[in-house]
Amino acid sequence: MRELVVISGKGGTGKTSILASFAVLSGRTVLADCDVDAADLHLVLAPEVRRREVFRSGNEAVIRPELCDGCGKCAELCRFAAVSRTGDGGGRYRIDPTACEGCGVCVRHCPRGAIEFPERVCGEWFVSDTRCGPMVHARLHPAAENSGKLVATVRQEARRLAESEGFDQVLVDGPPGIGCPVISSVTGAAAVLAVSEPTVSGGHDLLRVLELCRHFGIPAAVCMNKWDLNPQMTERIEGQAASGGARVLGRIPYDRAVTAAQLEARTVVELGGPAAGAIRRIWKRFNHNEE
Amino acid sequence: MTVAVASGKGGTGKTTVAVNLALSLEGPVELLDCDVEEPNAHLFLQPGWTSARTVSIPVPQVDERLCTACGACGEVCRFHAIVSLRTQPLVFPELCHGCGACLLACPVGAIREVPQEVGVVECGLRGEIRFVHGRLKVGTAMSGPLIRAVRREAGQGQITLIDAPPGTSCPVVAAVRGSDFVILVTEPTPFGLNDLKLAVEMCRILSLPCGVVINRSDIGDDAVRRYCASEAVPLLAEIPEDRRVAEAYSRGQAAVTVLPEFRALFRELYDRLHAAAAQRPVPAGRS
Amino acid sequence: MKIIVSADGQGLEAQVDPRFGRAAGFVLFDTQTREARNIDNRQSLNAAQGAGIQAAEAVSRLGAECLITGHCGPKAYRTLRAAGIKVYTGAAGTVGEAIAALEQGRLALAEAADVEGHW
Repeated sequence: MRELVVISGKGGTGKTSILASFAVLSGRTVLADCDVDAADLHLVLAPEVRRREVFRSGNEAVIRPELCDGCGKCAELCRFAAVSRTGDGGGRYRIDPTACEGCGVCVRHCPRGAIEFPERVCGEWFVSDTRCGPMVHARLHPAAENSGKLVATVRQEARRLAESEGFDQVLVDGPPGIGCPVISSVTGAAAVLAVSEPTVSGGHDLLRVLELCRHFGIPAAVCMNKWDLNPQMTERIEGQAASGGARVLGRIPYDRAVTAAQLEARTVVELGGPAAGAIRRIWKRFNHNEE
Repeated sequence: MTVAVASGKGGTGKTTVAVNLALSLEGPVELLDCDVEEPNAHLFLQPGWTSARTVSIPVPQVDERLCTACGACGEVCRFHAIVSLRTQPLVFPELCHGCGACLLACPVGAIREVPQEVGVVECGLRGEIRFVHGRLKVGTAMSGPLIRAVRREAGQGQITLIDAPPGTSCPVVAAVRGSDFVILVTEPTPFGLNDLKLAVEMCRILSLPCGVVINRSDIGDDAVRRYCASEAVPLLAEIPEDRRVAEAYSRGQAAVTVLPEFRALFRELYDRLHAAAAQRPVPAGRS
Repeated sequence: MKIIVSADGQGLEAQVDPRFGRAAGFVLFDTQTREARNIDNRQSLNAAQGAGIQAAEAVSRLGAECLITGHCGPKAYRTLRAAGIKVYTGAAGTVGEAIAALEQGRLALAEAADVEGHW
């Protein structure tokens, strides 16, 4: 059982659209949408939710106003500027949940024991059925912390599903960037495909994400989306990626069918066209190299 | 005035809007690129660099001569960054949030804090525009501390523009909190709309007024426009897809330097933003 | 001595859980009394980060001298070694089979973590 992850470094290069097509080309596969901060895969795969779980992570400090005597110890100790006066003239303090890091220092040191420390609900995750196979996906609440735990939860559930339902593959839609959530989505993967675009930003971000893959020892491949926007830049970035040890798998031309498919809630390969053909070839190479 | 440029979805054009706004506005402007994982604004603005410094967070270091292996530090750490078994404490700096709980808990004062590098902050100048960005050290888990370091570089008495990372989670919150207005950039597609709704929700949670810019406004459908109307979110600008702009972008050039007629669009965007911000009273409980 | 095995179920008949930090649970086996005890690992499963570290702490508190598992990440490994616990990775089959393999000297001691961490 292997996990194949599609990431991008820079957002908006088309990784979700490409991954959705890979899902269709796989026949049947388990899917994991690990782009939990801005999950979009469900918009083209029409999942039917069969299980929903609340996602809790960490804690948050909450001051009980009736117990607070305004001593200000919490504000003094908080390193995250999460504590401020309530401003209602009562001299008491309040904690901003969007700034609270959940470290518990104020909770422990409040002389009145006036601060509670409940577990934080950060989002929810789902196990659903799609036309391509079972999908595990999630919705992180806006302004919630994205430590990578929800991503790890989604991946773990996807692996469990693959094992129990006899799938040999999990396809993972990864998040943009190089932080915790991306690390969580690529560690232990059999291979990663980074989707880039022939722009200065795209190339710059691709190199950072490939560095991350090398840092964690994960074999990486690259494909260039909308390559004909700037053929020279495409070649340059492919060269840089190859020097960094990544396999260069192919190029996808700019094609209005990509947006058209999204508007119809379908995948690009289900619509056809030049981009669809390129995606098919890239999938074959990505898939094949792992056999 | 501090204006943040954010977006639920990545790749919609945050950096494009932030950079072109900076280049189009009159008067003193500074641009802070808070997408510390993948900073891009400098590629377009091409500032002359004036300074750089490393940013660190304080992580615990245990003096083994004083440590009694009582285990208090490990007990209070919420992040498993310091672990005390039967032995002297183990520190995992990459998990440390720098909260100081272990320091405070140690009964014999055996813990002091040492800096752990998380990245760099670099400052520069492009003409009259002051530029600051952060670059996260690859492999570092948390962006928050570095984003806050970039925000602390903000000056006084000019327009401060902030280029936020994509998404709606804690790094974005660190980038946009305390600003006067948030521009949400989107595209007129189902992915764009889905992520815009999350971004608007984030702004509401943070009590920040927001407005929308639709980029590549002719590639999709009407749903984003209808959403803005029904939610009373001001529509600040619509930028049609333009191959010349896309090609300039791909070369690392800002639209307004290649196509000066776009300056007017960005100035109008800012005027509408200003009007929208002036109309909205500052909600109570702003953080 | 006490041996701990990551397990996907209860008792000696359970399958060895290939994960350590986020294993479903553990079986604690005393080689002298030949008794097996089931230990739940839900707390570590819920950890946002450092699940391996938390599991290692739990294992250490149980007084185990040896850990048998499938894979062990770097933070867990470091913690286990600091606690003086010998780590054996690459185990498969049932808990009972893994313990027998250890007692018969058929399991190799892990010199390092064998997988990357998962946060």
